[in-house]
Amino acid sequence: MNYPSVHLAAEPSLDAFGTDNGWVIALKALLVFVFLVVFTLFNIWFERRVVARMQHRIGPNVNGPFGLLQSLADGVKLALKEDIIPKSADKVVYVVAPALSVIPAFIAWAVIPLGPVVTIPFTDIRTPLQLTDLPVGVLYILAVTSIGVYGIVLAGWSSGSTYALLGSLRSSAQVISYEVAMGLSFVTVFMYAGTMSMSGIVEAQAQNVWFILPLLPSFVIYAISMVGETNRAPFDLAEAEGELVGGFHTEYSSLKFALFFLAEYINLVTVSALAATLFLGGWRAPYPLSLWDGANEGYWPVLWFVGKCLAFIFFFIWLRGTLPRMRYDQFMKLGWKVLIPVSLVWIFGVSIVRVIQNEGGVDQQTLLIIAGVIVALLLASAFIPEKKPADEPAEPAGDFDAFAGGYPVPPMPGQRLPDPVVTVPADASQDQPRSDARDLDAPTNEEQSRG
Amino acid sequence: MSETPATERAADLRAVTVGIGDGAAGFGHERGGGVDLATQDMVLNIGPQHPATHGVLRLRLTLDGERIVTCEPIVGYMHRGVEKLFEVRDYRQIIVLANRHDWLSAFGNELGVVMAVERMLGMEVPVRAIWIRTLLAELNRVLNHLMFMGSYPIELGAITPIFYAFRERETIQQVMEEVSGGRMHYMFNRVGGLKEDLPAGWLGRTSAAVAAVRSRLPQIEDLVFGNEIFRARTVGVGVLSPELIHAYGVSGPIARASGVDLDLRRDDPYLAYQELLDDGVLRIVTRSAGDCFARFDVLLEQVKVSLDVADACLTRLHELPQGPVNVRLPKILKAPEGSTYAWTENPLGINGYYLVSRGEKTPWRLKLRTASFNNISVLPQLLEGRVVADMVAILGSMFFVVGDVDK
Repeated sequence: MNYPSVHLAAEPSLDAFGTDNGWVIALKALLVFVFLVVFTLFNIWFERRVVARMQHRIGPNVNGPFGLLQSLADGVKLALKEDIIPKSADKVVYVVAPALSVIPAFIAWAVIPLGPVVTIPFTDIRTPLQLTDLPVGVLYILAVTSIGVYGIVLAGWSSGSTYALLGSLRSSAQVISYEVAMGLSFVTVFMYAGTMSMSGIVEAQAQNVWFILPLLPSFVIYAISMVGETNRAPFDLAEAEGELVGGFHTEYSSLKFALFFLAEYINLVTVSALAATLFLGGWRAPYPLSLWDGANEGYWPVLWFVGKCLAFIFFFIWLRGTLPRMRYDQFMKLGWKVLIPVSLVWIFGVSIVRVIQNEGGVDQQTLLIIAGVIVALLLASAFIPEKKPADEPAEPAGDFDAFAGGYPVPPMPGQRLPDPVVTVPADASQDQPRSDARDLDAPTNEEQSRG
Repeated sequence: MSETPATERAADLRAVTVGIGDGAAGFGHERGGGVDLATQDMVLNIGPQHPATHGVLRLRLTLDGERIVTCEPIVGYMHRGVEKLFEVRDYRQIIVLANRHDWLSAFGNELGVVMAVERMLGMEVPVRAIWIRTLLAELNRVLNHLMFMGSYPIELGAITPIFYAFRERETIQQVMEEVSGGRMHYMFNRVGGLKEDLPAGWLGRTSAAVAAVRSRLPQIEDLVFGNEIFRARTVGVGVLSPELIHAYGVSGPIARASGVDLDLRRDDPYLAYQELLDDGVLRIVTRSAGDCFARFDVLLEQVKVSLDVADACLTRLHELPQGPVNVRLPKILKAPEGSTYAWTENPLGINGYYLVSRGEKTPWRLKLRTASFNNISVLPQLLEGRVVADMVAILGSMFFVVGDVDK
């Protein structure tokens, strides 16, 4: 297939892709699948060990070396549990939902670059360590991962349970708003890289610096929104075991629950891999290692890439071990009132800088000075106290007209309902009013005399 | 009569209101915009089995989206009829029963019973026993508060602080276990004193334990108190006014967090508290905000005070000469005819026993007043209009034990 002849100068070529023969494609797809499943098992163990260390515990250490086989044993046990479908569940959706959650999690990995072009051992075939790539690879990942949200929403809705419904409601609102912030944080990367293809972005960082340095604010926004996107602590509102028991997966058991669990951990790796690719140079070796010529060739880059992913996963675990859960409205406020506006301003600033650099009008020093002034202004604005909304003046308390406008209406603020007329029996007034104000704790004389 | 009576007109009004729109008929609360958009409130049962209820408290919430419209606590799932059981146990056996309604403050519970019986008998408790009781009661208070300082962050989603809190609990539980043999239900009080004297060298080990807990307490403090999210979740949430506290009989740390300065250790001194108060060791901790954060803050501060009090008791016990720790009792223990009310400042609030005896070896009636029951009954007032996430924050900050609610 021919691409249009007009190319942007900066766009790296995707020629290396789409030339594999059938069995190579199948092999790579299988390897990605196996890698994800095994890495998930490892991550569950890793999380339990790390959190345990943070909590003065030891963690699983019995099954296998260092307890590595614990999650495998747990997985087998989970699969053998009874599969329960609640009576009030919508059966078709209930069964489809876990698959809808886990399948996008896997296929998102089709475009993630794990390494450079390598030779498959015992053959002469050379192929990139990436299933395929698209000119819009990052958008593909965004699109696919948002399908995964349907799995959560439908799971909660179809369970026929209040907790699950609340969990899925929260989850849908959360993922939609954080997807916006996440998408915005990518925009500056695209501006610097000049491409949306994953391999192209890695390539662009090889020629330049890693994008975490020039685009630090984007990285911070992405790091926050990726936690929101994956429903992990402190943003695990959709599961919130203290409030909603299990959130959307409250009613799920056995393999269906395992699929949700798998999807969560794959998503964890996906966002980590995305962060590593977009901001940390992808599979390329970090600085001291990159001095060695062989570091970015052959199969070594897979190691660097997994290392970078693990660093992010450790960050996730660290957050979970430290922070309490945010409240739903505070979380929404953070997303819409902080992350998205800051993103927009930052994108604006970056585009101005890019235009100036491309035109070549101003030198580096002037740019830095302008940037410094802007940062100082922003910092100063952070100290301006937020304006409190003025208290609404109390309505003049007019008379309450129950039929204002010709139909029955409730009282307005400041008005009060007329006291209901109570019919008092004629002899009631002769009784002494009963004293209910007696202190229940202190014994009265009457009670003492009972002994 | 020519006029329509007002009551009848009001009934008419109500009928007309309900009649608007068939879509709204039969709904308890109509909200939203008119017939087509009328929404139905959702009923959510929190409990009797739910991670936030610490057992089997049940809250029946009516929700409008995530907002709580009404809240109805339903209690009694763990009711054991303990007051009736008291009536068929003699005074030695009652202590076993009484120490477990609030299973986190067993020593404090025992104390109320034995104090009531001792008062009825006009019994003089040896001075050594008084100081040991004070010491153990304060250590028990530390244990109780540490439990809530660990479990409250869990409800807010922080999973780590409980392990810090339990490490401290373990340190103190070890000395409690050494002295009494029990880790929760100590059964160390006897009418007239204590079961037995302290083991050799126990005072030194307890001093070390208290010092260790005090030195590590800042770790929990740093982990929880400085946290922005924790503050955002608790400051200004669930504000309890002093009026509500008086109306519902709320007591203990929760009342003091709202500025209601009532502490029986000072206001009706028992054991050795008067002396500790005079020495300035015992300080009453109060806050004025009345929100979840203030309640949690009181807990932390009380732990510090209790550790200081424990240290003062230890010093005192070092100075005291050896002597008896209990009084020799008759084979059949009968309280004389009459009644008395013994109340103590339990870790969770006022714990009272109203003892009525007719001279038998069992009480004719032993009424139990527990702190958690009153503290929980104020919940509907606090929860209405809040969101579900706040419900957990508020419920957790009421520091209750379900056994203490259901008796």
